[in-house]
Order: sequence, then structure tokens, then C-alpha cells
Amino acid sequence: MTRIDSKFAALKAEGKKAFVAYVMAGDPDYETSMEIVKGLPGAGVDIIELGIPFTDPMADGPTIQLAGQRALEAGQTLERTLQMVREFRTGDDETPIVLMGYYNPIFNRGVERFLTDARQAGVDGLIVVDLPPEEDDELCIPAQKAGINFIRLATPTTDDARLPKVLTNTSGFVYYVSITGITGAADAQAADVGPEVARIKAHTELPVVVGFGIKTPEAAQAIAGVADGAVVGSAIVGLIGEGKSPAEVLAFVRSLSDGAHRA
Amino acid sequence: MTDLFNSFMSGPDEHGRFGEFGGRFVSETLMPLILELEAEYEKAKNDPSFWAEMDDLWKHYVGRPSPLYFAPRLTEHLGGAKIYLKRDELNHTGAHKINNVLGQILLARRMGKTRIIAETGAGQHGVATATVCARFGLKCVVYMGAHDVERQAPNVFRMRLLGAEVVPVTSGRGTLKDAMNDALRDWVTNVRDTFYCIGTVAGPHPYPAMVRDFQSVIGREVRWQLAEQEGEGRLPDTVIAAIGGGSNAMGLFHPFLDEPSVRIIGVEAGGKGVNEKFEHCASLTGGRPGVLHGNKTYLLQDDDGQILEGFSISAGLDYPGIGPEHAWLHETGRAEYVAITDAEALEAFQLCCAQEGIIPALEPSHALAHVMKIAPNLPADHIIVMNMCGRGDKDIFTVARHLGFDIDTGA
Repeated sequence: MTRIDSKFAALKAEGKKAFVAYVMAGDPDYETSMEIVKGLPGAGVDIIELGIPFTDPMADGPTIQLAGQRALEAGQTLERTLQMVREFRTGDDETPIVLMGYYNPIFNRGVERFLTDARQAGVDGLIVVDLPPEEDDELCIPAQKAGINFIRLATPTTDDARLPKVLTNTSGFVYYVSITGITGAADAQAADVGPEVARIKAHTELPVVVGFGIKTPEAAQAIAGVADGAVVGSAIVGLIGEGKSPAEVLAFVRSLSDGAHRA
Repeated sequence: MTDLFNSFMSGPDEHGRFGEFGGRFVSETLMPLILELEAEYEKAKNDPSFWAEMDDLWKHYVGRPSPLYFAPRLTEHLGGAKIYLKRDELNHTGAHKINNVLGQILLARRMGKTRIIAETGAGQHGVATATVCARFGLKCVVYMGAHDVERQAPNVFRMRLLGAEVVPVTSGRGTLKDAMNDALRDWVTNVRDTFYCIGTVAGPHPYPAMVRDFQSVIGREVRWQLAEQEGEGRLPDTVIAAIGGGSNAMGLFHPFLDEPSVRIIGVEAGGKGVNEKFEHCASLTGGRPGVLHGNKTYLLQDDDGQILEGFSISAGLDYPGIGPEHAWLHETGRAEYVAITDAEALEAFQLCCAQEGIIPALEPSHALAHVMKIAPNLPADHIIVMNMCGRGDKDIFTVARHLGFDIDTGA
């Protein structure tokens, strides 16, 4: 059982949906980012997704791209991202943390070394956008062996024939990408998402959480209503980009989590 | 299994790997399409009617076969090996790029895709794609770094004349790799009706193998053309080509990989010199393995695995990665890879103009600069075939600036 498994069990017992918040590690700088991340559980966040900055985020829209650039310019590295997790864990040993990003910084560090460090730091799961099931030997299998969940993306182009392949070796939860597109683009529609979530759930016992294109408390509520949870990233990261204070960012996060928890 | 160990031509394996390089490092949204593309390409590859259509277009539209030209004055000037130039700069649109674009567009038509996207650096692949899209009446969108849009204005205008939409890319640092990122973002958004026409032997499997197969027409022609001129069975002793992503080089090299007597040399862009300051684009000589744009290969990157910008006088070589098959040929030692600086390429550019009456692009000027280094020390019966992969019209502004010639006033 990872912290992710425990969290979903607890939410299920309470009859609540999960609210997942994404922020880019080190955006706009280490200290501010740390302050925001530490405040997320208090703002109702059930699971934290922490972005690993990368120069070439090819599945992300402009909002997340710019966040990565700000973090890199402020000196963020994979080591400092792991350091953020270590620092967070000194005050919170319950909230699951999922690192989300692209493979190259991890490959560059060395998979075994990264997994050992991530596990010790208190990372619970990984979402690596450019590692489809065809490349499971790279990181997915070693991560599972190291006791870290490997969370897979399922998308509108993942048909029924392919779903079992995508779900094999997935653990923690399934992340359904609500649109064909990049982060922060078109709005997710609950009417489209509901049947897709049902389709995935027919193939797996894992919770299905939906992300991409969710920007408001109302949308978080509507989407969480047809799934096991909702993820918001770009809308939060956009506020950080506008230079809003951690308190203002966290107030917005609170409105989103309230929305999702009403579902 | 034996074949795998005895042949350098059997790659990639069923996972799209050349040794550890290559693969399919793309988001799940694209994976089903990548698999469909692979299946469609396998079908087309074994369909004589596909190749008949290619051959017809290559002959009547592109102007193939391109000549294999013995360069007498260069040979005499350098005083050693016998130098042949494969004249792919005489193709329609002025470079080797169109060889590959034709194949991909025919495939897109077979798959029922109506919208074509492409990335371009110097603009040669963009122009080739816009050209073939015009020929077949397909919608074409070309992503080009904002900085390149400025310095390659004539090619931007060509693409627009040909009916393409040119999108200046400002994300990241607005360069070729960012143009590729934005093309991938477009593809993931419009995956159902759009075909991504990649310009080099990189990207997720099957692109590296597919683009290589389309470009291999270069090396196959060299084989029979050289036999015609030098006698039955005569193979080149050395084949040499410039490398950005590596498509013209792969096209020349591939038909010779299993000929142990043929020395194979790839020439990377050394920029201001291959050093720790990364003012170059020599991924093999100055980079290390990583994952970018769908494949595992050698990349220019920092200690944290962040991708670095390349630097070269030649916009067509200005890419921080290299095709995965080259990475593998490098590690197995089957091919050698060297770097040539901007200054050396400029010298070769001028020599080619003066000695052979051919204005080369800056990309093959890098290959020629290496020919200048090795030819004098080789015997007169040693045959070098160099790929003249593009013509220099697009580069005269850059060269003029470096030579201190004001192209507006003529002074």
C-alpha cells in the first residue's frame, strides 16, 4: 500500500471524490513553490502532483511551458525537486506526492539512482508523459519493483483493444486525459468524459481520475461527479505565473477542492 | 537471430530499436496513431504499386536519378583520392528533403489524412513539404522557429507561395527543436485528421526507419552509377555526408552498411569548436544518450538532463539530437563521426564554387571540408563519394555576411 492507495481507500470510506492539484516544482522559485506546496493539503488537496521542469515539454500548453521555464531559470533541478519532497515530508507524512514530467531528466540521473532517491524522499507515484506501455522496461517495471506507483495516462484515442495494454502495469490510479490535446487547452465536458470513465472502469478496479481542460470549481465538480476525482493544473499554475501570492493561489485551490468535494 | 549479428541493415527491431537507441517515447494520445502508421508503412513497403508511384514521381517530378559527378578539379586540387559528388542538390526544391516528403505524403494519402504538418529549421524540409502538398492539394501547416523565420525569409515566402501556412514558433527559445515540439503539440491536438511529416531520421518508430528507406534511393543510385563509371562491382572506398538529424547521410550510408570495405564517415556541425561551452551541434562527438522527440539517442544536454541549444552557421544542422540509427552506428563503430567548424565549412564552400562551379549549401560544405582533410593523404585509386545534399542559394546571405560582402550594395 502506498500513500496513494491509502488515500483512495479513505476517500471511498467517506464517500468523497479526490481532488488532485498540479504545480510545477520550483515555480517561480524554490521558496515560493515550497510555501505553496506545503499549503496544498490545508487547501483541501488530496493528492499533490509535482511537475519536474523540462526544457521540451511537448504535451504541455503555454501555461505549463512557461512555468517550467521560470523554474529552470530560478535554478530548479531534479535534485532540488526531490529536496522539495524531502522538506514537505518533514511536516506531512500522509498526503501522496506524484512526480509528473518527461523521461529525460530521470534517464539522465540514472533510473535506479532516481528511484532510490525518490523512494527515500517520500515520492509515491510517477507520471511520465513520454513513456507509453511499449517502453515499460525503461522505468515502469523498475518503479513498481521499488514500491512506487506508475500512473498511466489513458486518452480518447486509447480504444478498447488497447486499454488492457495501457492498464497492465498501471498502479495507484488511472489518469484519464479528457481531450486530445495539450494541457490547459479546450474545456473538458462531463457529458463526454462520463462514458469514457465508465469504459475504463469496465477494465480495471483502479480509481480513474480525470485531468486536462478543468479550470473552474464548477468544472471540477462536474468532472469529479462522473469519475473518482479531478486534476487541475494550468488554472493554478496560471495564477502563479501572474505573480499571485501563495495565499491567493491557495484560496483558489480551496475553491477548486470544495467544488470537487461537492461532487 | 544470426542475421542481427551479421547485418547492419536489419534494424530496427520490432520495438523500433537500433541497439538501445530509437523506440517510441510519445504520449499515449499519439501511440495508437504511431502503431497505425507503422502498420500502414509495412503494407506500403511491400506493395509494388506504392513504389511504382514513388519511382514515377521521383523520375518526372523530382528529377531522379541525380547525377553522380566526378569532380576533376577538386580531385586535382586536393591531389589524392578520386572525388565524386552525388548531386542531390539538383533535385526539385534544391535538396534531398523531397525524397522523403514524397514517400510520407503518399502514405498520408493512403491513410486518408487531409492535413499535413511539418517542422522546419532552414526551411528546406518546409519548402519540400509545401511543394508536395501543393502537388496533391493537401492542407499544409509548417512550424518554424521565430528566429529562423527572420533569417530565412526567402524560404518563408516560398512556402506561402506554395499555399502553406507558416507558423512562427515562439515557445521555448523559438528554434528548430521548439518547432518540433509545437508540431507534436499540434499533432496530439489534431491526431485524427493530421499527418506529421517529419523531416529527418528521428522521432518515434517507424519514422527513423521510414525516412531512411525513402532517402536510401541516394545510396542505391550511387551503387549502380559508380559501377557504370568505374566498372562492374566497384564500390566506393569512402562515403561521406553531413549530419544534422542525419537523413541525407543515412540515405547514402544504408546501402553500404554491409560492405566492410566501405569506410563510412558522418560529419557533424562543430560550430565554433566542440568544447564544454556547447557552441556546436555535434550530438555524437559532444553529447550523450538521452530521450527527446520520441526517441532515445545522443543529445546535447546539461548535467540535469535539460536540452541545450545547438550552434552552427548552418541552420539545417542546428538540432541538439541525431537520428537513433546514427547513434547505434557510432556505438558499434560501423561509422565514424567527426566535427567540422563553421570556419572550415566556409572555406570548403568557397573552394567548391571556385573549383567546380557548384554553389553548395552550408550543410554539405561541412562534408566537403572533411573531404579536404582526408583526400590529400589517400591514394589516387581511392574513391570518395560525398553527398552534395543541397544547393547554396539559400545560404548566400549568410555567407556574404561572414565574408564581409554587403549584398544590398554589392560592395
